[in-house]
Amino acid sequence: MSAVAAAVRDGMVITKRNLIKIKRVPDLLVFTTIQPIMFVLLFAYVFGGAISVEGGNYREFLMAGIFAQTLGFGSTITATGLADDMQKGMVDRFRSLPMSRAAVLIGRTTSDLLGNVIVVTVMSLCGLLIGWRIRNGVLNAVAAYALLLLFAYSLSWISALIGLSVRSVEVANNAGFLWVFPLTFIANTFVPIKTLPTVLRVIAEWSPVTCVVSAARDLFGNSDGGRPTGNFATEHPAQMSLIWSLAIMAIFIPLAVRKYKKSTAR
Amino acid sequence: MTDAIVATGLVKHYGSVKALDGLDLRVPEGTVMALLGPNGAGKTTTVRVLTTLLPADSGDATVAGFDVRREGARLREVIGLSGQYAAVDENLTGFENLDMVGRLYQLGKSKAKARATELLERFDLVEAANRPAKTYSGGMRRRLDLAGSLVGRPKVLFLDEPTTGLDPRGRMEMWDVIGELVRGGTTLLLTTQYLEEADRLADKIAVIDTGKVIALGTSDELKSELGGERLEVTVSQDDEVSRAIDVLAGVGLSAPKTDGYSRTVSVAVSGGPPTLIEALRQLDEVGVKVVDVGIHRPTLDDVFLSLTGRNTTTEGDAA
Repeated sequence: MSAVAAAVRDGMVITKRNLIKIKRVPDLLVFTTIQPIMFVLLFAYVFGGAISVEGGNYREFLMAGIFAQTLGFGSTITATGLADDMQKGMVDRFRSLPMSRAAVLIGRTTSDLLGNVIVVTVMSLCGLLIGWRIRNGVLNAVAAYALLLLFAYSLSWISALIGLSVRSVEVANNAGFLWVFPLTFIANTFVPIKTLPTVLRVIAEWSPVTCVVSAARDLFGNSDGGRPTGNFATEHPAQMSLIWSLAIMAIFIPLAVRKYKKSTAR
Repeated sequence: MTDAIVATGLVKHYGSVKALDGLDLRVPEGTVMALLGPNGAGKTTTVRVLTTLLPADSGDATVAGFDVRREGARLREVIGLSGQYAAVDENLTGFENLDMVGRLYQLGKSKAKARATELLERFDLVEAANRPAKTYSGGMRRRLDLAGSLVGRPKVLFLDEPTTGLDPRGRMEMWDVIGELVRGGTTLLLTTQYLEEADRLADKIAVIDTGKVIALGTSDELKSELGGERLEVTVSQDDEVSRAIDVLAGVGLSAPKTDGYSRTVSVAVSGGPPTLIEALRQLDEVGVKVVDVGIHRPTLDDVFLSLTGRNTTTEGDAA
């Protein structure tokens, strides 16, 4: 059997195992969905009055940003999940079995992706309640969700590498937020990009978060707050977002798998 | 008889710490070898190298004929490992845990289920089969973990401190289970800090310390390295000690020893109970009142102490 087929088949066994946890510990899902709902409401009602965006209302502008931010933060779950498996000796057990060396990572990132689908669904319903609208048709909306989830999936692989590199769940959690915070805030997530000082603005223009958020706003038919022109990233956000996600995966999937092959409880 | 496990000159550093320092080991097929040593001796590192979890810095090893470095994938098909922590997924039921492991051993759907059911019965976990493992006692978790290591019908089984952390009852249960297992002919490498455990379960014991095997043999062989039996006599009065020494010098094989404060005199003997009776008769003749007497075989604690100059009990440090 080919390595890829083995990875997919064993990966599904691990995915199922991770999903059983969601079923057995439902509080986990409740809290992972309450937080994004809270963010939607806080930003919409607290910041919403203070920030104005060109050609639209702030709540519509906000939603794509808050999707990306929540998915970015949610990617830390991949790190904590793997760190937990390491700490409890599960990785040792899996590594002693005649199974694909990519399966534990595939299973983890896949179950986290499915968790993200639930989170995005709940947030979308919440957004619709406070006045967010999809204005560009269902197909474009599906494309927007696909880009967002693909981006989240690529971040999961960065997170996987971190989870395998640290020694405890607590460290994995903190290390996760360390990079996700600047990544999601130096972007057009909550404020129009043109308000940023020059250096930050250039970084933000090319940021993968900005690309995916702009692409999602375009596809949902929401205002992007008048974004700058003149570079590829801001003029073709969907293509650029796709390039970013694929590039991140091309780099971090091999790195994470290589790390897994050497990982063992202390 | 061929060797199921062969390790030669294994060396492994963690930073500046030398965990393995030229470890050699041979375990014949169908036998049980105990790696006995204190925390930090290199037991777990040895198991990790042999199960391909950790590459050695130098040295060679094969398990069931497969090289740990070059044939890791095939090696993993024929081994079972139960690590120091019971590596069971606590959110999964006992059945789900074993079913998952079966699928990952590539047994296929129906065979994995059948094997899970069979092992749950064998390890007395049928009633708990459909409860999440987090509700299990420590002993049940260990049994489930051990069952997991057997799913693939391994040729060579590795158990890393299988009873650490269990209460006395849980330990006895594990010993029964492991004892039954090895009667079935599985090659087993077992690590333990408990001398009694090694004595009870293993055909041969390798005493390891600071990353090397410092003694190897059956439990009896290791004990006889200390000179066999000793006759110990405790007398009632201080002034009787010297007379007891004179008598025991006559019946013993070596110069009698006394520890100086407990009025106990001991001497190496051979011949067992008749020697003891003879000693008592002579002591009675010279009017020495004996308050305690016995023949002791040295314990494995004595073996370890005499080999390393240290006790086996080191508390709380890393494995």
